[in-house]
Amino acid sequence: MSLIRLEKRAAPSRTLAGLTPILAVIATMIAGGIMFAFLGFQPLEAIRTIFWDPLFDPQFGPYSRPQLLVKAGPLILIATGLALGFKAGIWNIGAEGQYIMGAVVGGGVGLAFYPSESGLIFPLMVLAGALGGWAWAMIPATLKTVFGTNEILVSLMLVYVAENILASVSSGLLRNPDGQGFPGSRNLARDYPAASNPELIANTGMHWGVVAAFIAVIFAYVLMTRHKMGFAIRLAGDAPRAARFAGVSPSRLILFCLGTAGALAGLAGLFEVTGPAGQITIDFNSGYGFTAIIVAFLGRLHPIGILFAGLLMALTYIGGELAQLMLGMPAAAIQLFQGMLLFFLLAMDVFANYRVRIGTPEVTT
Amino acid sequence: MDSINPILLIASLMVASTPILLAALGEMVVEKAGVLNLGVEGMMITGAVVGFAIGVNSGSSVLGFACAALAGAALSMIFAFITQVLLSNQVATGLGLTLFGLGLSSLIGKPYVGIKAPGFAKLDIPLLSDIPVLGPILFRHDPMVYLSLLIVAAVWYLLTYTRAGLILRAVGENHSAAHALGYKVVRVRFAAIAFGGAMAGLGGAYVSLVRVPQWVEGMTAGAGWIALAIVVFASWRPWRILLGAYLFGGITVLQLNLQAAGSSIPVEYLSMSPYLVTILVLVIISVRGNHGAPGSLGRVFHASQ
Repeated sequence: MSLIRLEKRAAPSRTLAGLTPILAVIATMIAGGIMFAFLGFQPLEAIRTIFWDPLFDPQFGPYSRPQLLVKAGPLILIATGLALGFKAGIWNIGAEGQYIMGAVVGGGVGLAFYPSESGLIFPLMVLAGALGGWAWAMIPATLKTVFGTNEILVSLMLVYVAENILASVSSGLLRNPDGQGFPGSRNLARDYPAASNPELIANTGMHWGVVAAFIAVIFAYVLMTRHKMGFAIRLAGDAPRAARFAGVSPSRLILFCLGTAGALAGLAGLFEVTGPAGQITIDFNSGYGFTAIIVAFLGRLHPIGILFAGLLMALTYIGGELAQLMLGMPAAAIQLFQGMLLFFLLAMDVFANYRVRIGTPEVTT
Repeated sequence: MDSINPILLIASLMVASTPILLAALGEMVVEKAGVLNLGVEGMMITGAVVGFAIGVNSGSSVLGFACAALAGAALSMIFAFITQVLLSNQVATGLGLTLFGLGLSSLIGKPYVGIKAPGFAKLDIPLLSDIPVLGPILFRHDPMVYLSLLIVAAVWYLLTYTRAGLILRAVGENHSAAHALGYKVVRVRFAAIAFGGAMAGLGGAYVSLVRVPQWVEGMTAGAGWIALAIVVFASWRPWRILLGAYLFGGITVLQLNLQAAGSSIPVEYLSMSPYLVTILVLVIISVRGNHGAPGSLGRVFHASQ
């Protein structure tokens, strides 16, 4: 009998479940500090540059504060959709592909109408973007419901397919005809006002994608707490057999969760490509679809939690860029830092689900 | 199109398949022990960069391979600790391992971009390699190709005919029953995960030291995920893993050759074909039903006393 034992709690501790993300962030800062020291940086200076300076430094703050919403918007939008599926035990890990396809389809629709200045174009693009992401997610969803094919692998494989489609259209079908042969589409944000997604309030970083993210959070919150579908999702995740007896159709759940996640990821892609990125290029996607997985877990798969987690993760992006600029820290160090955060978070879950007992039990049963 | 030489094509198929074969074989053993580790891609890319860095610095590819295996195993121990001791969700933790490995590898690999690998001599087996047609196809490869085939046979033998293999399978089929019989479930799984990590590391190093051979960020390009798909395709059987890996290697080589030969199909569509074929194969397998998945695959084991 070992000295330290884990005893399963009857129900996960809610206090600890809320506390673990904070503990995980602190642990990551400590471990990250050690890593930064190994890379030859002052640990405290590095942590300050990442987490404090982007918000409060008088010189950089005014530039980087708006970036917080710009980066958090797509992360929150994608993570909110992913969390629905994760909660139900449906693993869509191909959000990056759905994000790309949303941008390609939505952006393509906009470019097809160039140079029309109709006010209907942007709404139409938003719709097309959501549809593009939805359709891409429907591939794993349909294969799962019809044939029982593993959705993890199919959704991930489709990321590579989407990346190749992106490479093809940005140097072919959607290439800017006035671009002197350079790859990449017309700049939607700069050269095509009817198809652009501008900053809504100056110097805040607020654009339509951020608005959509807030709406998605509210909808997801209502869905999870007040709607029958939310109940079905939670039941399917906690007790799949009970869910089946309660009449929850697994197929409907799969189609709904994957479809919603795909549509939201597609929207995120469309808003990105019409705003912050500006044009469809071979590398406009910056891995938000994968980082959103971390955001979903960091937010405890809860809409409000995801809101905060998205802002925090956005901060590590901006802080990372600042650290790159000021300290010459490699971009990969931040990626590693984000990965560590997920590890610590998953590791600390044990305290929410189990009680740690020290010493041998008096009565062994 | 005439420039494709069928003998060279089949010969390079074995080289192209070896990384996926190694990684898939490792993951199969992990899954046979009832653990789903989605971190294969992360461990592979880490193996690729570590193997390359050590290979370049020491001038020895053999040392590079050894260190890559160690690095893969070391990385897999993070996964083992969090899933087996701290009882976390295996899907999420495996994903985390992949993201972590991708970051780690690009951090380590920065100074090595654009350097050439030290080279890894081919075996040129006397007499056999001079056989027309069969010689160049089968007997002129580097030692890792033959080692990977040996490991297939060894894994098959160990799982089927030895006590250790039986225990490993018992732990994977029903961890509660195995625990009740007195087997150390967690210890067996730690060993299996370490083996899986080492094999993924070897596979990654084969990409950077032999296949390409240089370091490019993100160079495994989903090979780890394809390895996971091959385990499903193979219904958790070693010889079918070999078949699956060679099938995918064949498709990869064929599309690369078509690209080089200037085929009229655009490059992007050729590049996406291995991923599309993977999906197609997964669908065909699932129509037939997922036979052979270990009973406790992916489930958390907690000895309740």
